[in-house]
Amino acid sequence: MRASYGATRVLHGLDFRLQEKSVTALLGANGAGKTTTLRALCGMVRAEGEIRFAGERIGGRRTEDIARLGIAHVPDGRGTFLHLTTEENLRLGAYARKDRPAVARDIERMYAYFPRLKERRRQQAGTLSGGEQQMLAVSRALMLGPKLLLLDEPSFGLAPLVVRELFGILRSVNAESGVSMLLVEQNAAMALELADHACVIETGRVVRSGSAAELKHDDAVRRAYLGY
Amino acid sequence: MEAVLLQVLAGLATGSIYASLALALVMIYQATHLVNFAQGEMAMFATYIAWSLVNAGMGYWPAFLLTVLIAFVLGVLIERVVIRPVENAPVLAVVVVFIGLLVILNSIAGWIFSYTIKSFPSPFPAALGIRYMSPHQVGALLVTLLVLALLYVFFRFTPLGLAMRAAAQNPVSSRLVGIRVGWMLALGWGLAAAVGAIAGMMVAPIVYLDPNMMAGILLYAFAAALLGGIDSPGGAVVGGLVVGVLENLLGAFVIGNELKLVVALVLIVGVLLVRPSGFFGSVQVSRV
Amino acid sequence: MSNEKQGLRKIGTVPVFLTLVLLLVACVLPFVVSNYRTFQLTLVLVYAIALLGLNILTGYNGQISLGHGAFYAIGAYVAAMLMDQAGMPYWATIPIAGVVCLVVGFLFGLPALRLEGLYLALATFALAVSMPPILKAHFLEKWTGGVQGIVIVKPDPPAWLAAAGVKLNADQWLYYFVLAIALVLFVVGWNLISGRIGRALIAIRDHHTAAEAMGINTAIYKSLAFGVSAMYTGIAGALGAIAVQFVAPDSFTVFLSITFLVGIVVGGLASLSGALYGALFIQFVPNIADELSKAAPWAVFGVFLIAFVYLMPTGVAGALRVLLSRRRGGKLLQPKEAVP
Repeated sequence: MRASYGATRVLHGLDFRLQEKSVTALLGANGAGKTTTLRALCGMVRAEGEIRFAGERIGGRRTEDIARLGIAHVPDGRGTFLHLTTEENLRLGAYARKDRPAVARDIERMYAYFPRLKERRRQQAGTLSGGEQQMLAVSRALMLGPKLLLLDEPSFGLAPLVVRELFGILRSVNAESGVSMLLVEQNAAMALELADHACVIETGRVVRSGSAAELKHDDAVRRAYLGY
Repeated sequence: MEAVLLQVLAGLATGSIYASLALALVMIYQATHLVNFAQGEMAMFATYIAWSLVNAGMGYWPAFLLTVLIAFVLGVLIERVVIRPVENAPVLAVVVVFIGLLVILNSIAGWIFSYTIKSFPSPFPAALGIRYMSPHQVGALLVTLLVLALLYVFFRFTPLGLAMRAAAQNPVSSRLVGIRVGWMLALGWGLAAAVGAIAGMMVAPIVYLDPNMMAGILLYAFAAALLGGIDSPGGAVVGGLVVGVLENLLGAFVIGNELKLVVALVLIVGVLLVRPSGFFGSVQVSRV
Repeated sequence: MSNEKQGLRKIGTVPVFLTLVLLLVACVLPFVVSNYRTFQLTLVLVYAIALLGLNILTGYNGQISLGHGAFYAIGAYVAAMLMDQAGMPYWATIPIAGVVCLVVGFLFGLPALRLEGLYLALATFALAVSMPPILKAHFLEKWTGGVQGIVIVKPDPPAWLAAAGVKLNADQWLYYFVLAIALVLFVVGWNLISGRIGRALIAIRDHHTAAEAMGINTAIYKSLAFGVSAMYTGIAGALGAIAVQFVAPDSFTVFLSITFLVGIVVGGLASLSGALYGALFIQFVPNIADELSKAAPWAVFGVFLIAFVYLMPTGVAGALRVLLSRRRGGKLLQPKEAVP
């Protein structure tokens, strides 16, 4: 896959596969093209090349159609609907779904994962703290009932304890519902803890890929991204 | 004292009409950050359609409902066909397109229906009148309040209304949850056109139907929307009522009826200079 | 002097030659066409001045005005009132109308500084819609003539012309009078636009914050642009009033402002020749369209407005510019430069 922002080419030939029901981490430094990859997958930037999801080609489709196919994206910056309430944000996540009772159950499930959201269900989402908004963003994405969850820097700006909590919940969700996840993270250490597989991107190309365990013990990766 | 009360109540009645049109303006602004200069002409055109239906023998209320429906469809069409190509164009291009729309609607109405002034029926029975207000004034006020209540319920409590609010506030995130933002915009235009049509049908019995009837009213609606905050629906309603009352009081006691329109001008310029975001709005309107 | 030479070199010899030919034609026309046609051509010149005014503000400086009809009206009424009540000769009213509109425009430009595109359009729209009621107001009636307006007598050619043996009728004289003023105003405008001031206006239009950072006093330039623009349109209004021989409130509705908008969109934004093309359009198209129906001219205007935005956003002048430069061998003149 190659992708550009307008005239600036960012991804120069990305090639990777995601395994169903597993968590894959996309690592790399700032500017390597990780966010662009996620945006290209969702049709938010122009991309050339082939993108397949569950056997279907989704390259060139509009973002809203890709979402309806079951790909949920927790974007860079969270993308919270700041002027709407917490619960309205959650409901919006399920907008494309038709099974009302299941949606109501899912809202309760989110509140079970993230009790703090339940406390603030009627509050304007803009008044939530950074960590809470991140949880809201993840919950909203999960409300889609997705087959694939894309997460863009979910640890950004969060205290390590909160990140641990969040990743723990993501682990549970993956285990319980079998949702595949593609996790873009600068925090390589935590990402490798959570992930089953990993790829490393540098300047728009994949330079290393393998299981998380392999990469954790890979010298080059350790030195560049894990700091030891 | 009685004279003041009379003007205040009359002002509330016309104010409710300004409020409806202002609400239409705000709805489009919220979704697109654009001010629809053609809103008045769209309302006028819809009112002519209603007139034609009534003239052809249809009862008032069936004609009313059918007109609202037709206006809705026309609003959707206009957004998809005329506005969509220039949605992201520079401001001047958008303004020119709006003015073009205004002019086309005005002239088509003049061509099809001629420029002779026509009277438009008021459906409200005489029994509706109270001590200081005519049946039509009471009726117009009630209809406006009903429409506002329906819109409030729609936007606050239905999934579609929620999706429309989301699409207006944050189109990018809306796409991520599967909302077809383009269609939400078109729906917004349709609703605004429908609301405008109702405003037109409420005002026509008072000012008589003619292709140029809405220009002044549009001005009052602009003033109302700005006063209340161009992105605040509640503000638009309050603004409309305030403008209506102010216009009547000033017209009757201070500056005379013929200069009432200047009140709108002063309000518009005044609000833009003194408090650009209006009383309830949050939008920054002046250059940084 | 060197500035002018530079200016001429910039335009190249072909446009200069064409302009001279045009000028020659313009001078000869009144002798070959009917009086009525001469009157129409006079109005074309009047509109061209008005459109040049609007273009200075909206085309070159990016401030959208939907209210220039108001300045036209002010110029018209100033001229009419001075002639009717102060007994002033027609030619003396022109500079006064200009100065009045310069001041009024500048004063309007000051608060306009705080209004961005859409909102300035709104405010000027409101100004245009409120103009007729103000002009009809009872308490101003003894000056403005109220709803009836004021009737003006068409000026006769001056005595010295007859003494010199030149025989012109009133329509022809008025045509040359307006032509002379138009030429002066166009030359002044050309100098303004192609010089430092014009570049500053364009810079402010395209990159407002950058312009400020470069030290351009945007506030003064923008307010002056408003003032000068109003002055041009006000002078046009005065000339128009004299040509048409009366002023009345209903001649100056918001539709006049919209007509001017049509003129610059069709003629070409940020273009001097565009003012002429636009003026020809707004004068003659309604005459033709009127045959179809009373509403037709406006339908045509509306369709042209929208069509031009979609298809020919730089107007006729811009399209011609592209055609000419293609023929010259591909080097497209940048639209940001001042061009004829």
